[in-house]
Amino acid sequence: MSTTAENVIEISGLRKQFAVGRGKRRRTVHALDDVSLAVADGSCLAVVGESGSGKTTLARILVGLESADGGEVVLAGRPVARRPRRAERRARARDIQMVFQDPNGSLNRRRTVEAAIKEVLAAHHRVTGDEARRRVGELLDQVGLRPAHARALPGELSGGQQQRVAIARALAAEPRVLVLDEAVAALDVSVQAQVLNLLAEIRQARRLTYLFITHDLSVVRQVSEEVVVMRQGRIVERGSTDEVLDRPRHAYTMLLRDSAPRPGWRPRLSTGADAREVEA
Amino acid sequence: MTAQTLDRPAVRRRGGDLAERLGPLGLAALAVVALITLAALCAPLITSHDPAVGSVIERYQGPSAEHLLGTDQSGRDLLARLLYGARTSLLGAAVVVLLAGAGGALLALVAAWFGRTVDALVGRVLDLLFAFPNLLLAILAVAVFGTGLGQVTVALAIAYVPYTARVLRSVALRERRLGYVQAAELQGLSGLVVSVRHILPNIAPQILTGAAINFGYAMIDLAALSFLGLGVQPPTADWGLMVSQGKDSLLQGHPQQSVFAGVCIVVAVAAFSVIGERLGGRKAGGRA
Repeated sequence: MSTTAENVIEISGLRKQFAVGRGKRRRTVHALDDVSLAVADGSCLAVVGESGSGKTTLARILVGLESADGGEVVLAGRPVARRPRRAERRARARDIQMVFQDPNGSLNRRRTVEAAIKEVLAAHHRVTGDEARRRVGELLDQVGLRPAHARALPGELSGGQQQRVAIARALAAEPRVLVLDEAVAALDVSVQAQVLNLLAEIRQARRLTYLFITHDLSVVRQVSEEVVVMRQGRIVERGSTDEVLDRPRHAYTMLLRDSAPRPGWRPRLSTGADAREVEA
Repeated sequence: MTAQTLDRPAVRRRGGDLAERLGPLGLAALAVVALITLAALCAPLITSHDPAVGSVIERYQGPSAEHLLGTDQSGRDLLARLLYGARTSLLGAAVVVLLAGAGGALLALVAAWFGRTVDALVGRVLDLLFAFPNLLLAILAVAVFGTGLGQVTVALAIAYVPYTARVLRSVALRERRLGYVQAAELQGLSGLVVSVRHILPNIAPQILTGAAINFGYAMIDLAALSFLGLGVQPPTADWGLMVSQGKDSLLQGHPQQSVFAGVCIVVAVAAFSVIGERLGGRKAGGRA
């Protein structure tokens, strides 16, 4: 059906600018500056970079929460409208879903787990009633939660459990692509590992494609075969995870790698100077 | 693989939570409000006198078994007038708060949902409304549409909208940025559905708090307008109007009417303010 069978996401020349400040101090920031990348069906691509590098903007444009200023996005073989109408967003949501960073905020604190998942089931697959209840049970089982959790409110769950629910909600749409925007960043390390293992299992079982957005290089190694490094809205380096992390070619990637805490690591104080070096 | 289990039953009973936030003073204030409301509703059961009918022979009587609080300049029973007056005073304020709350919530949700230009536009409209003092807007409405409780109530409601809208806009905006709203948005659900189903229930506590605080202010403003003769018209009983009508008697040595009505206003307003403040922890709400 789709013309590009192997690439589920194809992005070319994507641009996005934001205006910041007012009056004389008004200036434009290039959140995305000519970004092109392709993600093979069934693969996992990690997008790394520091805050403000444009990686979250990229994710938000992909799922339709933000509109691009220029460039093209082809999702599952279909070009995506730059300013999507609601119906197009709904259609797109069946191809691509997103898991957000803050597990606490990503669930409505006044609605039960069951209600959150059912809403997505009803929106995309018109599944209601007993069938919906059965599907909720299946989804909860897949993310490692028990049927009893269906009636819980988000406030009664731990951060890791909340994020599992958010994953179940995303899976309810039966998407081909899952965008994970810092999805484990707010969890502590042991829970992080559990959720990462879960995500790997789900990807295997459902043959999903992941776009894994993170600032954490140690996470990158665990999840993805390929990585792109973003800085100030541009992709500065790309390649296989081992290659990029072990033998980085771009100065910024080296800086990122050297900034990651690890045993015996001492933070360099002159980060300002480093940034200028990279600039040059 | 599953982490902890759900051994706790549903946390936080709502009633207990409310009582905890109100504290003893807040609960007392709630009791006062309940008492006033009950008295207003049951006015015919408490007194057999007609608040609008009096006899000139019985004017300025002191408290007696027949007239528990005495009579006014027209010989009307003061207790009856206070009880029936509570109806007008409470109803007027309730309508103001209801309309202002609904209007404020609507503007807040629209501004938060669309953001950017729409948000800026709503902000300008609110600024414009802020520029008019409440009472001035009400007096303007009276000048155009004539005196009466209806006109004054609607005018005050409009004047109160910016206060509620400003607070609610900031909380709605905070919710708008949270993942659950974004998740609903990316499913292609309409702005109306997301706003009503997801954002509105989560800003409801702030709507309630603002309403409680504004209720007191609305009572004062309505009483002031009735005092000036712009709101409730005689012979209808109203606390503000009673203070006004009692001021001539005051000079003649019969302070009961103004004092009793004044005390009723103060107690009711204080009770509503305490509830609003306790609910909002001084942060949220109308203008606290």
